[in-house]
Amino acid sequence: MCLAIPGKLIEISQDPQGVRMGKANFGGIVKQVCLEYTPEVNTGDYVLVHVGFALGKVDEEEAARTYRLLEEMGQLTELEVPDV
Amino acid sequence: MKYLDEYRNEGLAQKVVSEIRREVTKPWVLMEVCGGQTHTIVKYGIDHLIPPEVELVHGPGCPVCVTSLEMIDKAHTIARRPDVIFTSFGDMLRVPGSESDLLVLKSRGADIRIVYSPIDALKIARANPNKKVVFFAIGFETTAPGNAMAVWQAHKQGIKNFSVLVSHVLVPPAIASILQSPLNRVQGFLGPGHVCTVMGYREYEPIAERFRVPIVITGFEPLDILEGVLMTVRQLELGQWEVQNQYPRVVRREGNLMAQDLVNQVFEIGDRKWRGVGSIPKSGYKLRYELRDHDAERIFEVEEIDTKEPDICISGLVLRGVRKPHDCPAFGKQCTPEHPLGATMVSAEGACAAYYAYGRHLQQPQPKRSMDGVGVGER
Repeated sequence: MCLAIPGKLIEISQDPQGVRMGKANFGGIVKQVCLEYTPEVNTGDYVLVHVGFALGKVDEEEAARTYRLLEEMGQLTELEVPDV
Repeated sequence: MKYLDEYRNEGLAQKVVSEIRREVTKPWVLMEVCGGQTHTIVKYGIDHLIPPEVELVHGPGCPVCVTSLEMIDKAHTIARRPDVIFTSFGDMLRVPGSESDLLVLKSRGADIRIVYSPIDALKIARANPNKKVVFFAIGFETTAPGNAMAVWQAHKQGIKNFSVLVSHVLVPPAIASILQSPLNRVQGFLGPGHVCTVMGYREYEPIAERFRVPIVITGFEPLDILEGVLMTVRQLELGQWEVQNQYPRVVRREGNLMAQDLVNQVFEIGDRKWRGVGSIPKSGYKLRYELRDHDAERIFEVEEIDTKEPDICISGLVLRGVRKPHDCPAFGKQCTPEHPLGATMVSAEGACAAYYAYGRHLQQPQPKRSMDGVGVGER
């Protein structure tokens, strides 16, 4: 929740209400993310995600580094909460 | 993947530690603000690697911990109602209020659901028009854009059965409050990298200037923390007090402006009570008046609930960097993650819980460690 989790953006779409959404892959777990705050990102980019919202873009190295640290610290459990 | 190791390279870490050793001539007390940084420091024993002159104290940067007891009691009052679906991040379910926790209420039949995102809570509201769906909107500046967007969409789309119980806290007023305390020992700060990804770090500049303290926005890797310590110590030794950015690969001075803009449309700044600390002026977000139809405190009339916190635990002093977890006689004995007595034990990111998780309740304060094993996993 507090720490941003990096994920790879694999799909961009609009929800029925016109909100820019996407799907991001977090080490094999695919979750919906809102892209309203990151209009600049494209499919294939790595985004920093807080509670389902992409808030920044990072390069692949930084994404991998951060993901590994979160994994080691047991800080990825929120990804296990199923989508509604 | 070779690049992964750059931030775990023992030689590089050793080099930074040597530089700190070379620069430091007198004792300094630094505080890392973010609970994630506390976690890294304790897990990798960074506080034992650096020269003894530099003391790291752990700040208030765990939103689960600092959510006030009365706000937890408000959440429980609302969640018990049969007409309510109460939604929350998973971290909040085990946090004890004065009588029980959300997990216990759930086992007694309350409709309490863990969500990954506030957007999921909004979806639940859309799918259950006959229920009042409440989301427990907690967090520092990192969760505020998400929570703001959920409220904004509910407002725009006329989803009237969605409301939020807002308990947002802000980092800069907490830093200012620590520095204003007569008990303060902190002389420099490692600033919170991910909070600043959202907010940037302009708002830290007046604090650095006013209190003449260096603030170095810092990442979460062991090497990030060591570099943050080096940059802060260097400033202290030179008598400087600037805001510097150790984490430019993620953080920019202005932050995410679109996120800040929506946060400001949905929330305004107000006083906020912090668990273990008490009320800090202008240290939180509350919903703007125009959005009061989504304000759970108003809708469910829980504004008057006022809970006194127990005096037994020293978490308020730990959160301000005045004391360490093992200074508390209850630490690891009456107070454990299973039965937390106070703020810093209630969540894994709290200083007491981090000390407990890495076995520090079993040890006396340790001698300095050697460098081997930085980043090789559990110790």
